[in-house]
Amino acid sequence: MNLEELEQIAESVRQENARFDYEVNVCMGTGCLSRHSDKLKDALTEQIAAQGKNALVRRTGCMGLCAAGPLVLVDPDEILYQHVRSDDAGSVATSLGTAPVAELQCNLRDHFDQQVHIVLENSGHIDPERIDDYIARDGYQALVKALTEMTPSEVIQQIVESGLRGRGGGGYPTGLKWGTVAKAFGDTKYVICNGDEGDPGAFMDRSVLESDPQRVLEGMILAAYAVGASKGFFYVRAEYPLAVARLSACLRDARRRGLLGNGICNTPFNFDAEIRLGAGAFVCGEETALIASIEGRRGTPRPRPPYPAVSGLWGRPTLINNVETFANIAPIIRNGGKWFASIGSERSKGTKVFALTGKIKNTGLVEVPMGIKLREIIEVIGGGVPDGHTFKAVQTGGPSGGCIPAEMLDIGVSYDALLKIGSIMGSGGMIVMDDTSCMVNVARFFVEFCMTESCGKCIPCRAGTAQMYKLLTRICDGSATMDDLDLLIDLCDTVKETSLCGLGQTAPNPVLSTLKYFRNEYIDHIVHKRCPAGVCSIQSPAEVTA
Amino acid sequence: MSPGVDVKTLVIDGKDVTGRSGQTILEIARENGIDIPTLCHLDGLGDVGACRLCLVEIKGSNKLQPACVTTVFESMEVSTQSDRLLKHRRTILELLFTERNHICSVCVANGNCELQSLGQSQGLTHVRLPYRNPDLHVDASHERFTIDHNRCILCTRCVRVCAEIEGAHVWDVMGRGIDSMIISDLNDPWGESSCTRCGKCVQVCPTGALFDKSKVGEAHPKYPDFLPYLNLMREAK
Amino acid sequence: MSKLTLATVWLDGCSGCHMSFLDMDERLLALAELVDIVYSPIVDRKDFPNHVDIALVEGAVASVDDEKKIRKIRAHTTTLVAMGDCAVAGNVPSMRNPIGPQAILDRAYIQNVSTQPQIPCVVVPRLLPIVRPIHEFVKVDVFLPGCPPSADTFHTALTALVTGAPLDVPALTRFGA
Repeated sequence: MNLEELEQIAESVRQENARFDYEVNVCMGTGCLSRHSDKLKDALTEQIAAQGKNALVRRTGCMGLCAAGPLVLVDPDEILYQHVRSDDAGSVATSLGTAPVAELQCNLRDHFDQQVHIVLENSGHIDPERIDDYIARDGYQALVKALTEMTPSEVIQQIVESGLRGRGGGGYPTGLKWGTVAKAFGDTKYVICNGDEGDPGAFMDRSVLESDPQRVLEGMILAAYAVGASKGFFYVRAEYPLAVARLSACLRDARRRGLLGNGICNTPFNFDAEIRLGAGAFVCGEETALIASIEGRRGTPRPRPPYPAVSGLWGRPTLINNVETFANIAPIIRNGGKWFASIGSERSKGTKVFALTGKIKNTGLVEVPMGIKLREIIEVIGGGVPDGHTFKAVQTGGPSGGCIPAEMLDIGVSYDALLKIGSIMGSGGMIVMDDTSCMVNVARFFVEFCMTESCGKCIPCRAGTAQMYKLLTRICDGSATMDDLDLLIDLCDTVKETSLCGLGQTAPNPVLSTLKYFRNEYIDHIVHKRCPAGVCSIQSPAEVTA
Repeated sequence: MSPGVDVKTLVIDGKDVTGRSGQTILEIARENGIDIPTLCHLDGLGDVGACRLCLVEIKGSNKLQPACVTTVFESMEVSTQSDRLLKHRRTILELLFTERNHICSVCVANGNCELQSLGQSQGLTHVRLPYRNPDLHVDASHERFTIDHNRCILCTRCVRVCAEIEGAHVWDVMGRGIDSMIISDLNDPWGESSCTRCGKCVQVCPTGALFDKSKVGEAHPKYPDFLPYLNLMREAK
Repeated sequence: MSKLTLATVWLDGCSGCHMSFLDMDERLLALAELVDIVYSPIVDRKDFPNHVDIALVEGAVASVDDEKKIRKIRAHTTTLVAMGDCAVAGNVPSMRNPIGPQAILDRAYIQNVSTQPQIPCVVVPRLLPIVRPIHEFVKVDVFLPGCPPSADTFHTALTALVTGAPLDVPALTRFGA
């Protein structure tokens, strides 16, 4: 495979598509599929044939606006239809060449106009199971360019220049990580793609794997070339069957095209990758636990150092990056690190994909430039809080993150800014809460999550989260005293400072951030024995002592 | 000094000490009579850094590091007795005392228990956290030994000694988080497991979770110091 | 200077702490020079006095009656001492916690009784679902763990409390001592 061959494939796809007057893209991501978009696609194919329209019906990945699914995008007119049922297939077919179906049309310009798509540039536009579709949109050009024109250190240099930071949550500079693995001694090195997305309400990685798996693979192969690895593993949770199926197809097709295996693109570079399924343990997103799981051991973290970059999978130097991190690599190599660095804020470059969920109108996936104000994401792109309720807080970073109150919404989204106000970027979950949410109960929910997901290895996380949960339950049911609150704060401090891995170290964050910004709700529960949001059922003092 | 041996000088609690590169803070502290509390660490077994009692402060880093697995570097300054560390140690011990049912007065290990004596040496006179009171069982199916899960602190010394030293790997951990349990084989009764009856796990258990049936009602001291000796003899062979 | 007043209280415990207290033997006489024992199982007085300087409480809080008592004691006491493991940590009485009071009552009054098995319900106070140490109900000033704390422990601790000398409890005793 070389650039000319890639161009030939791209040209043939373009010619094939040009035979049609219209392209009808049907979202077949997990969200829309759950509303039977597969049947819709069949109905559309049937109706278009019956009406003699010259249109291509294409299965695509996620279009982002999951709340309005199933979604259908008609190109070249860029008409987006929402809530399309199989019964609507006839009218959609009829509309081709005439006026759009007004009652199905989705007019959320604000939602899309504010976004910048790098990771999601192909999502909703290509068939995720057709490698040629990806190639037609400049896919694998970066790989061919790197393998034929760049040295591994030049590849790393581009990543360093881009300022890309790990998208899995930690925000560790990707170029630095690659450089460390590249310098590590060892004739065998590994690359791992962390697809063990476990935060409640987060589905960025799943969508990327479902919508554009080749992009992730290309990023991984580029990484392998840069650090000198010969084998890669995709660690994907088994709860993502569609992502796993599409990734399997992606690996098979890449092998057939000579983009994976021995002598990639007719160069001496050998690399192959396989999929490992995770059983859904949240802690296996932690890199050392993930490695243990791939090795076939119990998924528990171990103290670092040594870091996986030095001693990882089977004791070999190992590079671990998140799905979204890998999805950013090909565009960086294609367009240069400087191009990427021009997007975003001072110390957080590029874009970030967020999964917007909770009390928000436009639930779904959004990709925004770093530095964008939280307010813009929630009020403009997200469409605000529905049903006349008022915004109370937004939780970022999943169970490890914090709750950000309304008065903080004007901060720009970046790793450092979120950390400063007691939350984290995390992998990109964003849960919006309104006045019907009790913040103590919210904190308790996340602590319960950490308690059940703790691996049980270290004491502060294993027993500490259980005690935090017990104390929070007391507050919620009205039986707590102010001493219990002090005890809770004290315990949070110990769990945060002494836990072995990130799960325990960040488990107190939801408690600490809600205490920081919504302390009066805690006091209401403890002293006044009432839940302001009316969520917790508080027993009267008489019942408690009885 | 033979070539290749690299000596580091460092400071622990204001005391100048030396160690070879690759040695851990814990090793060097103990060589110099500085006490750092531990529960999961045991000389002769691989370290897991799980109990978090040996966390120390290292100058220049805000993050606490486990002394059992952190190797020394030149000019390192270690503090093992700061108020912050003492507070965390006490809270961790409280977490252990409340996690399961540690009734010292009626425990077979009363007077010979590492958890109990750590509680005393760390100045614990009571536990502020609520007791969890889980309903746990006792497996007395083994001919010679008993495992009482009420007293287990999940230090995994038994798991490691069985896998690393005896080579039988009868013990392992089942379940996750607060529900984690030590199991023999695939959660079979101990008496019906592939146990070799060597008794090493009983000797290394820091509490009364694993005990010898013949010692019930008597003082039941454990002798875990056979391990370094055993390792030494195996290496010499 | 008038003598300090001392009370000793027996909640859900085995009375072992009181026995150990009495094991101070002749040192009790010296103690009596310093304090008046105004309320105790070994003193004939029915009601807890309006004010005592030091109260030693043995036993965990296991029934509604225990709870009522400990709150009253706290309200009328300057220095409240949790005496022994039951008061400090729940200890043996708390061993029923994993299975609950009903199972215990059934075992004691139904299953193991051959004639007229019945669970007592008149006069006796209702059991709390969970036996808890006293500091989970009221503020405790001094904790003296041990099962029971030794007579020496009592002597050293009480002397310190009465004279106001510093008291290093972990140097004297521990859980289960």
